[in-house]
Amino acid sequence: MGELKLMKGNEALAEAAIRCGADAYFGYPITPQSEVIEYLSEQNPYERTGMVVLQAESEVAAINMVYAAGAAGKRVMTSSSSPGVCLKQEGLAYIAGAEVPCVFADVVRGGPGLGTIQPSQADYFQNTKGGGNGDYHNIVLAPASVQEMADFVPLGFDMAFKYRMCVCILSDGAIGQMMEKVIMPEQKARMTEEEIKAKYPWALTGRKRGTEHRVITSLDLDSARMEEHNRHLQRKYAEVTANEVRYEMINCDDAEYVFVAYGSSARIAQKSVQLGRAAGLKVGLLRPITLWPYPTKAIESLIDKGVKGFLSVELSCGQMIEDVRLACNGRVKSEHFGRVGGIIHTPEEVLEAMKKQIIGE
Amino acid sequence: MTEEIIIAGFGGQGVLSMGKILAYSGIMQDKEVSWMPSYGPEMRGGTANVTVIVSDERVCSPILNAFDTAVILNQQSLDKFEDKVKPGGYLLYDPNGITKKPTRKDIHIYSIEGAQLASDMGNSKVFNMIILGAFLKLRPIIDNKNVEEGLRHSLPERAHKDFPNTKKPLDWAAFFVFIRKRFPPRPSRP
Repeated sequence: MGELKLMKGNEALAEAAIRCGADAYFGYPITPQSEVIEYLSEQNPYERTGMVVLQAESEVAAINMVYAAGAAGKRVMTSSSSPGVCLKQEGLAYIAGAEVPCVFADVVRGGPGLGTIQPSQADYFQNTKGGGNGDYHNIVLAPASVQEMADFVPLGFDMAFKYRMCVCILSDGAIGQMMEKVIMPEQKARMTEEEIKAKYPWALTGRKRGTEHRVITSLDLDSARMEEHNRHLQRKYAEVTANEVRYEMINCDDAEYVFVAYGSSARIAQKSVQLGRAAGLKVGLLRPITLWPYPTKAIESLIDKGVKGFLSVELSCGQMIEDVRLACNGRVKSEHFGRVGGIIHTPEEVLEAMKKQIIGE
Repeated sequence: MTEEIIIAGFGGQGVLSMGKILAYSGIMQDKEVSWMPSYGPEMRGGTANVTVIVSDERVCSPILNAFDTAVILNQQSLDKFEDKVKPGGYLLYDPNGITKKPTRKDIHIYSIEGAQLASDMGNSKVFNMIILGAFLKLRPIIDNKNVEEGLRHSLPERAHKDFPNTKKPLDWAAFFVFIRKRFPPRPSRP
C-alpha cells in the first residue's frame, strides 16, 4: 500500500519519477508545467535515490541530454509545455530513429505560438501524428486525473524500455495544475550499472577492449539498410498497436450516443453523461487512454452494438475528431465540439452540443 | 453528498491555501476531492479563485459553471460568481470592500467580516481561517477533528508551532457568521 497525498498533477508526475527509480530528469521551466522541475529541485532526489535533476539551458539542450542518457540505458524523463515541446521535436525525431527509450510529459497550453498559458488540447496532432520528421510514432498516454499523472510514469518507462521508444504523457494545464488525492507507490531502487548491462544489450555502457562497438544513431546513408530500418520501426509500431491500446468506457453498455474525450475533457464529459442520464438520454463516454495507438476497434465495436453517433469533445478546434471519423468510416455521424483559447467547456454546454449536433431535436 | 464550492478573492488573501486546507480535510474524512485553481496571471496579483469539490463519489469535472456554495472575498468575484450559485445554494461574503451587495433572493446569503475580525485579533494572516470557519459552520460537511487534521497536513511543518493561533479563528468565526446573516432562507416551494 502506498502513501496517500494531496498533490498537483505536475507534482505527482515528479514524485512518481523519483519513486519509480528514474535515473535523471532534464528540463526547462515553462508554465503550466514549472511545478515539475520546482518540485524535483525541492525534493533533492540526488540525496533520496541518486537521481540527477538538471535545469538545462534550453528545451533543445534538455531533449538532447535525454537522448544521451537514454542511449546509455538510463531511465530518463523530461517535460515541457506546448511551445517548449515544439523546440524538442528535432530531438524526439532523433530519439525515435535511434530507438532510444524515454518518457516525456507535455502539459499542453493554448497555441499557436506562445498562445496562452491556460489549458488546451490543441497539440493532439503534434504528439500523435509526429511533430518531428520521418515515419515515426511515440506512444501517447493521456492522463485524466492526478492519480494517472503518477501511474503513467512507471507505466511509461515500462513501455519505453519494452519497445525502445519514447512515451509521451499528454496532459494539459488543468490536469497539471489541479490537486487531487493520489496514492503514491513505494520507493523502487534505481537499476545498477550491472543490471543495465545485463538487461539492455543495446545500451551504451562503455566499450572495453575486445567487445563489439555499439552504435546508437538515427543516421544511415545506406538506402537498403535505411529502408529495412524503417520497415523494422513499422513492425514495432504494429506490435504496439496490437498490444497496447488502452481506453475506458463509462455508461456505454446501453448507450445510443457516445462522447469521445480524453484528459480534462473526459472529466467534463463524464459529468455531461451524468446530466444527460438524469434527463433520460442514453449517453455514454469513451475515454481513450492511449491516443497513439488509438482505440479504433473500441469505436467500431460500439457502432456494432448500436451506437448512433459520436461527439468528440476536445479543447481544440477539432483534432481527435479525425481519428474518431476514421474509426466510424462513415457508418454513423460524428462531430466535434470544443472551446479554445484557454476557455474550458462546461458539462452543460457539452451536453447541449451532443443534443444539437448529434441527437438532433 | 457532493459539495461544489468556489472560493474567490484577491491573490494574497489566502484563497488557494484555504481551498487546500478544505480539500485535505475532505481527504481526512475519506471523501473524494478536487482542487482546481485559476493560475497564471492571477497568481501574480489580481483575482484568484479555486474550485473545490468534496464528494462521496469520484469527482467528474473539476471545472464547473454552477456551485453549491460561493465564498466571495472581493467585488470582482461577487460580480462574477453571484449568478453562478445554484438556486437554494449558499453565498458567503466578506463585506470589506464590497460596494454592491448581493441581491439574489433564491439563495442563502451570509456575510462575515473576516478582514475586520482578523485585524481585531491583530493577525491579518488568519483572515482565511476565519472565512473557512464561517463556511464550515454554514456547511458542516467535514467534522472538526478532520479539519484539524487537514490543517496540520496542509501547513508546512515550520508553521505547526502556530497551530493553536490558526485554530482559534476557525472556531471563532462560527459564532460571528450567524449574527451577520442578511437574508433568511425562503421556505422551499412544494
